Amino acid sequence: MRRAATTAAANLVFRRDLTLAWRRWDEVAQPLIFYVVVTTLFPLATTPDLSQLRVISGGVVWVAALLASLLALESLFRSDVEDGTMEQWVLSGQPLGWLLLAKVASHWVLTGLPLVIMSPVVGTALGLPFDAWGALVASLLLGTATLSILGGIGAALTVGVRRGSVLLSLLVLPLAMPLLIFGSRAVGMAMDGDSPAGPLQLLAAIFFLTLSLGPLAMSAAIRISVES
Amino acid sequence: MDLNEFFRMGGYAGYVWTSYGLTALVLLLNWSAARRREAQEQDSARRRSGTD
Amino acid sequence: MWLWFHKLASPPHAYRVLGKLAPWFGWPALATILLATWWGLVKAPADYQQGDAFRILYVHAPSAWMSMFIYVVMAIAAAVGLIWRIKLAHAAAAAAAPIGASFTFLALATGSIWGKPMWGTWWVWDARLTSELILLFLYLGYMALRSSFDDPQRADRASAVLAIVGVINVPIIHYSVEWWTTLHQPASVTKIDKPSIAIEMLYPLFIMIIGFQLYFGWAISRRLRGEILRRERNASWLKEAR
Repeated sequence: MRRAATTAAANLVFRRDLTLAWRRWDEVAQPLIFYVVVTTLFPLATTPDLSQLRVISGGVVWVAALLASLLALESLFRSDVEDGTMEQWVLSGQPLGWLLLAKVASHWVLTGLPLVIMSPVVGTALGLPFDAWGALVASLLLGTATLSILGGIGAALTVGVRRGSVLLSLLVLPLAMPLLIFGSRAVGMAMDGDSPAGPLQLLAAIFFLTLSLGPLAMSAAIRISVES
Repeated sequence: MDLNEFFRMGGYAGYVWTSYGLTALVLLLNWSAARRREAQEQDSARRRSGTD
Repeated sequence: MWLWFHKLASPPHAYRVLGKLAPWFGWPALATILLATWWGLVKAPADYQQGDAFRILYVHAPSAWMSMFIYVVMAIAAAVGLIWRIKLAHAAAAAAAPIGASFTFLALATGSIWGKPMWGTWWVWDARLTSELILLFLYLGYMALRSSFDDPQRADRASAVLAIVGVINVPIIHYSVEWWTTLHQPASVTKIDKPSIAIEMLYPLFIMIIGFQLYFGWAISRRLRGEILRRERNASWLKEAR
């Protein structure tokens, strides 16, 4: 009986967040626009020559996705903490980790997933060849999902902190560096004609590790933020 | 080995002495910071109990 | 045994014990570090390939070791504080952080300085230096998080979660950076500090590590005393404290 109640609650959270976001469409679009803008900075800063840009295209797309995701993560828990919903959740007796994971999942659907879908377009603009699209999308799928959970931990820790988004980035970016290394390397290998399976598998492993331990850390962090 | 040879460090004097110097500096700074912090807190604690 | 543990965790008792303990760390630390310095600069022979520049190893490697060691100590103290709600453990983590960050900075600086005579550049993205740099970011993030809260309890507990998350990530970061460097670097560059050298040349290194460890014992004792005083500001036992 408990199990069904938790799943139902998590489902509700997931759908409620998606519905809320639908009404504030511009908030969802902003990270996406930021993504494209940041990507544009690189050719402007270096060279319009696609053959040169191609070399760093995988890395640039990945970095832009990282930064855009982090920007959107700061407000993940803010409104729920401010209006008292979070306190209700902590007291509710439902496993907090699941509810938070549902929130993170809906956030990823709204911010991470659009980035992933846009990535071939953005990558092509930097000279990324078609052969590397698969590796790009796969690595970003795993990477943005992992980042959402990591960012969720950071957001839970920094709820209510003044200028929390800078602090959040400072905390999460070092933890995200392995993702960046493996993700952009997967793209690079695909561009060279090698199989990107190795780094993709490592990304998957990190994702599953984060998925299993992340909610624990998030609920501990939320409890600390709400109870203090 | 005479003293000049020693200071020259086989031509790498700048690198070696800067490194060891930085080490000494970091250790000294941590030493003085720890002592100063403790003394500050002791002073304020003493002052506080004095006014009670 | 638990009685001893709980007694130690009581602030006034810990304050006294640390005060008595500190000189027993401090003086041996000084002696050991001086011994290691003399051994490293005078007694040990210069390296066949790197000449006297090799002597930088004797401060670089122990700093790197301490930077990692202290982070683990910090994370363990934070976990103990979080799980068993022992404020002293949180204080110990707070006291350790700046010391660890200093050693990380030192490892980076000496590593960078060593790089110039070795590879001709002031910085190189090799596995050891890059990992140390990321570790510095972790330390700085920890200290930044701590200082962003006015409520000391929230500061303690939030930074404890961060330290635990960080320490779990450290092996992952380390491995990924290693992997990343082997992709592009030719073999000659990855041999930063330990080519096949005689064991006698490593003695000063081990002695310096012991010296740094003793130094850490001294430094954290003094800092922890300061932390205790600050946290126990309004407690009555302070009135009789020395």
